[in-house]
Amino acid sequence: MTTSRRKFIKISALGVGGLATASAAYNMFGTTSFLNTFSAPNNSKALKRTATYCEVCFWKCAAWAYSDGEGHIQKIIGNDDDPHCNGRLCPRGTGGVGMYNDEDRLKTPLIRTTINGEQTFREASWDEALNVVASKLKTIKDNHGAESIALLKHGCPGWHFEHLFRAFGSDTTAEPAFAQCRGPRETAFALTFGSWVGSPEPTDIRDTKCLVLIGSHIGENMHNSQVQEMSDAIDNGATIITVDPRFSTAASKSQHWLAIKPATDIALLLSWMHVLIEEELYDKAYVEKYVYGFDELKAHVREFTPEWAYGITTIKPEEIRKTARAMAHAAPAVIVHPGRHVVWYGDDTQRERAIAILNGLLGSWGRRGGFYLKDSIAIPDFPHPEYPKPKWDWRDIGENYPLAQMGLTNEIIKASIPSENAKYPVKAWMVAGTNLIKSIPDTIQLQKALEALEFLVVVDTMPMDITGYADVILPECTYLERTDIVRSATNREPSIAVRFAAVPPKYQTKPGAWIAKEIGMRLGLEAYYQYDDFDEVVNWQLKEMGTSREEMEKIGVKKYPRQSGSLYLNEDEVHHFGTASGKIEFYSHELKDLGFDPMPKYTPHPEPPQGFYRLNYGRSPMHTFSRTSNNPNLTDLKKENDLWVNPKVARIIGLKTGQRVWLKNQDDIISTFSIKVRVTERVRWDSVYMVHGFGNDNKKLTRSYGKGIDDTQMISRVFTDPIMGGTGMRGNYVSIVTENPHKNEAI
Amino acid sequence: MRYAMVIDTLKCVGCSDCVVACQTENNVPIGYCRDWITETVDGTYPNIVLELKSERCNHCDNAPCVRCCPTGASHIVEGGIVLVTANECIGCGACIESCPYDARYQHPDGYVDKCTFCHHRLQKGQLPACVSVCPTKCMYFGDLDNPNSEVSQLLKNRKHKTLAPEAGTNPHVFYLI
Repeated sequence: MTTSRRKFIKISALGVGGLATASAAYNMFGTTSFLNTFSAPNNSKALKRTATYCEVCFWKCAAWAYSDGEGHIQKIIGNDDDPHCNGRLCPRGTGGVGMYNDEDRLKTPLIRTTINGEQTFREASWDEALNVVASKLKTIKDNHGAESIALLKHGCPGWHFEHLFRAFGSDTTAEPAFAQCRGPRETAFALTFGSWVGSPEPTDIRDTKCLVLIGSHIGENMHNSQVQEMSDAIDNGATIITVDPRFSTAASKSQHWLAIKPATDIALLLSWMHVLIEEELYDKAYVEKYVYGFDELKAHVREFTPEWAYGITTIKPEEIRKTARAMAHAAPAVIVHPGRHVVWYGDDTQRERAIAILNGLLGSWGRRGGFYLKDSIAIPDFPHPEYPKPKWDWRDIGENYPLAQMGLTNEIIKASIPSENAKYPVKAWMVAGTNLIKSIPDTIQLQKALEALEFLVVVDTMPMDITGYADVILPECTYLERTDIVRSATNREPSIAVRFAAVPPKYQTKPGAWIAKEIGMRLGLEAYYQYDDFDEVVNWQLKEMGTSREEMEKIGVKKYPRQSGSLYLNEDEVHHFGTASGKIEFYSHELKDLGFDPMPKYTPHPEPPQGFYRLNYGRSPMHTFSRTSNNPNLTDLKKENDLWVNPKVARIIGLKTGQRVWLKNQDDIISTFSIKVRVTERVRWDSVYMVHGFGNDNKKLTRSYGKGIDDTQMISRVFTDPIMGGTGMRGNYVSIVTENPHKNEAI
Repeated sequence: MRYAMVIDTLKCVGCSDCVVACQTENNVPIGYCRDWITETVDGTYPNIVLELKSERCNHCDNAPCVRCCPTGASHIVEGGIVLVTANECIGCGACIESCPYDARYQHPDGYVDKCTFCHHRLQKGQLPACVSVCPTKCMYFGDLDNPNSEVSQLLKNRKHKTLAPEAGTNPHVFYLI
């Protein structure tokens, strides 16, 4: 394992032991061999149900896994008492069984080796693989300090490895969920209301009278209770206002669809503020009582008339006024939704600040039908010694971005590329539960880092692209095969949910908790692992929380009374917001002191040149990023993404629905694979759209290899948010290539 | 007793949860389905209408599939549910051709298969799998003969349509529009 030799290996493992076992459980679906009845429904009487919570996405809906006692999981059904799902899983949760049955899963530990000059993986025993990982981590710690080993993670496995890393002396940790997703809104809402939005979002959608979605497409992003509550809101006759250059599913449910020109949202938000203040429609009593900096805001937005915004956004002034009035009419039962994946143009914290301020003007924070005051219960820490204090950590690596509230994946990647004056050199990574190749923009920079690393260990359930760069691959079992951390929900009322193993791990896979502990023991960290089995930890925690394993096996979800007072602001009490002034801050001295605009401003963004279209991307309700792209049940619903093209554009270029095309971006990057065109009126003529997470480049993913285009491959230009380090990804343009650009290459 | 399904197109987001729930509940082989989603787009940007619908067997009163079945495998049971008895089915495919909704498919084991309104679940007092799982709660199921049932009330109070009414099949899946 020398440096600059890390070639991507398409998991062509030597030896067939673990690979030859075709899954009997998978075939189960196709072998209803008896013909004696009209159908062969699952007989739920004979099935055992096990409490779990889903990990196909990270909403973590509590559910019951029904298994037959012979290692077959028949179906997964939502837990009725769970506020995340109310007994109804989304398609991915229902199809979670496919994650378990997928015969392409990682099956055994793999170690990179070179044979006859060719790099490949060989199968290894757990003992050997864990020894290699522990000895490499030890050597790197001895040479460079534990701080130089980074953990990049997502989901439950991340929790176990974070404990390992902290015990080992590293807090060089990050997850794409911050700088590639939600970060700007968390920073912006913390600046404004003194509180993160968090997940699940404390949006009181079920009781709202007006829901405003800005580039947020609930229904295509399938965050379960959000979707459910949007449906409740529709039933209750709520007004939905959608701002989106694309006619999203949510737009089709809306009374007002504002077909905005991409990258101009802040102008619209400012002009909405202008109308609310100019027409005195804002919540005066609320602003008087809770807000700091109203006068400054009033002066700031005076010039931002709807007529001004029209020239920028292409939204007619009367439409801007009408929607502002609709919001004010519904206030305070109105939600200007913060969105979720909000790293777009690099001024995202400021756009999210504008959203937060607009909510402040409408008086919706802490009000019924607006944002409720969330509550949760802390899970007690299983006793362990204090973590050692690292010399530096994720905060130092992200020091150029003063308001980063979590580790910045992109900065850790930069710090992993060797340079003379590196202050915080990163030498090795553990990647757990996140496919960085499909989540991190600027592939070239990522490749440089991957090539330079002294060691890379990847923990995953599937041979995702990132595993191809690993020195050691550790196959984790799926959530259905492991006892895991207790889930604490942040919601209207606190609750916990448990995940117990419904079936034993298939193949040679192991739970993340076990893997982390085994590495820890080999690193001499026994003091942090004073238990035999993770079940012991969970049983102890449940007891500490006034319940028991026996009770939780029966109920799966347990609710607790609120700890933090009322669900909404109590009008008779003084409320102290967690900001510097203790008030809702329209004007931010914190931003001003750091050299940023204290109130959001509109800045024009570059536009696509002739022949190029802005690349917009989003979600399909049947998939979670690239994570599910090979799931047999979910690929059955959607096998690949398609390229949405406006009919005008299609006419100019001569495109037809179903035709395969390739993309070339502004930096001459050509897509590896092709994508099917979908000519549709649902997209603007200045942009194209595709669902994120397809175009897998690993032949071992037999169902998803080469299906569709990976949008991340096309995102080579990043607009970094100077406030919190988010990687804005919506400033990339593509041209459409109709002839196969790879026809002379062997791929 | 006359079972019917009512689907609110104003709430459906087309997520396909009904499809995968049906597959796991009824052991529908991967690659086949008893229900599916359709999307219809009308208009030009930015004046567009989108309709998303979950479709399946319409459990027709006047079911062409039952009339054309040479063996009697396709039949109607109590509540108006159209079923196929697999071991009486010879897989001739006449019913597949006759169905105006394209609701039937040839099961790899040789018989013709389709939606049963989850007959086995109804017998246990449970709703069809698709209805019970739908995150948007856009699907309703019940007895049309009972004027107070949720489905009767919805059809009484809301604008609705059926698919291919011109086929004269008297279908029992209704769409609120």
